[in-house]
Amino acid sequence: MSNLGLGSLGIASIIAFFMGAVIVIQTASNIDSAWIPDYTIGFTARQSIILEFSPTILALILAGKIGSAVASEIGTMRVTEQIDALEIMGVNSASYLITPKIIAAVVINPMLVIISMFLSLTGGWLAGVMNGSVSTYTYILGIQYDFDSFSIVYALIKTMFFAFAMTSIPAYHGYYTSGGALEVGRSSTKGVVYSSVCILILNYILTQLMLS
Amino acid sequence: MYINIELYINTINVELIELQNISKSFGETEVLKDVSATFYPGKTNLIIGASGSGKTTLTKCIVGLTEPTAGHVLFTGVDFHSMKFKQKKTVRKEIGFLFQGSALFDSMTVEENITFTLSMFSDMSIEEQLDRANFCLQRTNLENVNQLYPAELSGGMKKRVAISRAIAMNPKYLFCDEPNSGLDPQTSAVIDNLIKEITEEYKMTTVVITHDMNSVIEIGDNIIFIYKGEKWWEGDREAILKTDNPEIVDFVYASKFMKALRK
Repeated sequence: MSNLGLGSLGIASIIAFFMGAVIVIQTASNIDSAWIPDYTIGFTARQSIILEFSPTILALILAGKIGSAVASEIGTMRVTEQIDALEIMGVNSASYLITPKIIAAVVINPMLVIISMFLSLTGGWLAGVMNGSVSTYTYILGIQYDFDSFSIVYALIKTMFFAFAMTSIPAYHGYYTSGGALEVGRSSTKGVVYSSVCILILNYILTQLMLS
Repeated sequence: MYINIELYINTINVELIELQNISKSFGETEVLKDVSATFYPGKTNLIIGASGSGKTTLTKCIVGLTEPTAGHVLFTGVDFHSMKFKQKKTVRKEIGFLFQGSALFDSMTVEENITFTLSMFSDMSIEEQLDRANFCLQRTNLENVNQLYPAELSGGMKKRVAISRAIAMNPKYLFCDEPNSGLDPQTSAVIDNLIKEITEEYKMTTVVITHDMNSVIEIGDNIIFIYKGEKWWEGDREAILKTDNPEIVDFVYASKFMKALRK
C-alpha cells in the first residue's frame, strides 16, 4: 500500500495540479460570449475534473506507473525462479503476490483521486486568478453551483474498477512471463497496454450504467 | 537396471524418493524418456548429464513444478502427483530447494529470507525463528549478514544463504540445482562439502543436479547419468571413473585436465 499509494502521490499531485490549471485556462479562453457567466469556468472545471480527469486520466497514468511496476516485479520473480521457490515452499504464489497488490490499489487509489480532485481544483483556481480570467469568489461560486454529490460516488466507484484492472492485468502478464529480461520488458508493456485499454472500456461501460 | 542393494536394504522404510518410468514431453519434443531411479537418505545423490539433457526438467517433475507426462514420483512410498493439494503441501514443507540462481527474495533481508517459511508454516515465536536463522547461517559459515539484502552478497554467499533457507525447516529432502554454477573452484568445493556435511548430519535425501566433474568426484555417493532424456547409467564416483561407456567417457573426460588425469 505504501509502494503503490505514497509512491504514486508525487506524480499524481503534479499531474492533477497542472491539469486543473490547464482546464481553467482553456475554458476561460474559449468563453467569448458576454452571455455566459464567469462562474461557468469554475463549474466546467469542477465537472471535468470530478467526472473524468481525476478518475480516468489519473488511472491511465497510474496504469503506466503501477502496471509496469507490478508486471516487472512479478515477471522478474518468475524468471529468477523466486516464484518457483514460493511454490516449492508450499505457498500459493499467485495469491501471495497478487492479492495484496489488488487490495492495496483498490483501497489507496480512491484516496489518490480525492487528493487529485482537490489539487486540480486548486491548480485551476490559481491559474484563473493569476491570469485574471476569474476571481476567487466567482471560481468558488462556479465549483459550488448545482453540485451533485453522486458525481463523487461515481468517480470513486470508477476508480475502484480501474484500480482492479491496473493491478490484475499486469500481474497476470508478469506471472506468466517465461524467458529472461527481454520477456519481462514485453510483459510489462503488454500489462500497461491491456490495462489502459481495459480502463477505457470500463470507463464507457460504467458511465453508461451509472449516468445515462 | 542398476540397484545399489546395500544402500537399498539400509534405507527401507525411510525417506526414499523413487522415480518410476518418468516421461515428459513439451509438445512433440520428448525431454524425458522412461526414467526410473531411487534416491537414498543420508547420501548425496547426483543427477549428471550435459546441458539440455533433461536434468532440470527431471528435478522439476520430482518436486512438482512440472507434471510428468507419464510415470510416478514416490516420496516414502506415496505417489506425489496423485496426492491431494493438502498432502502435496505437507510434502513440500519437507523439501528444501537450492536453485541455480539462488532465487533469494530480493525485497527481503537475509534474515527475512530464512525466517520466511518458519513464519508461514511453523509455530515458532519470532525469537525462536531468529535463533533458527542464526543457527542456519552459522551452519553455512556466514556471519554478520542478517540485515543485508541479496543484491549486497557475492555469488558464493548467496548460495550459502540459499542453503540456509533450504534447511531452515529441517527438511527431509534437499534438492540442489547446479549449486556450483558461476562459482570459483574454491567456493565450489566449500559448497560441495557443506552439502555433503549437512546431508550426512541430518540424514536428508539429497539430490544434486550438476555437470561439474569436481562435484561428482567430491560428493557423488549415488550417480545417475542422463543422456538425451534417458537414464543412461547409474553408479558411484569410483565406478564412473572406471566405466567404458562411451557417452560417459566423453562427458567425464571432456576437458584436457581430466584427459591428462586419466592418462
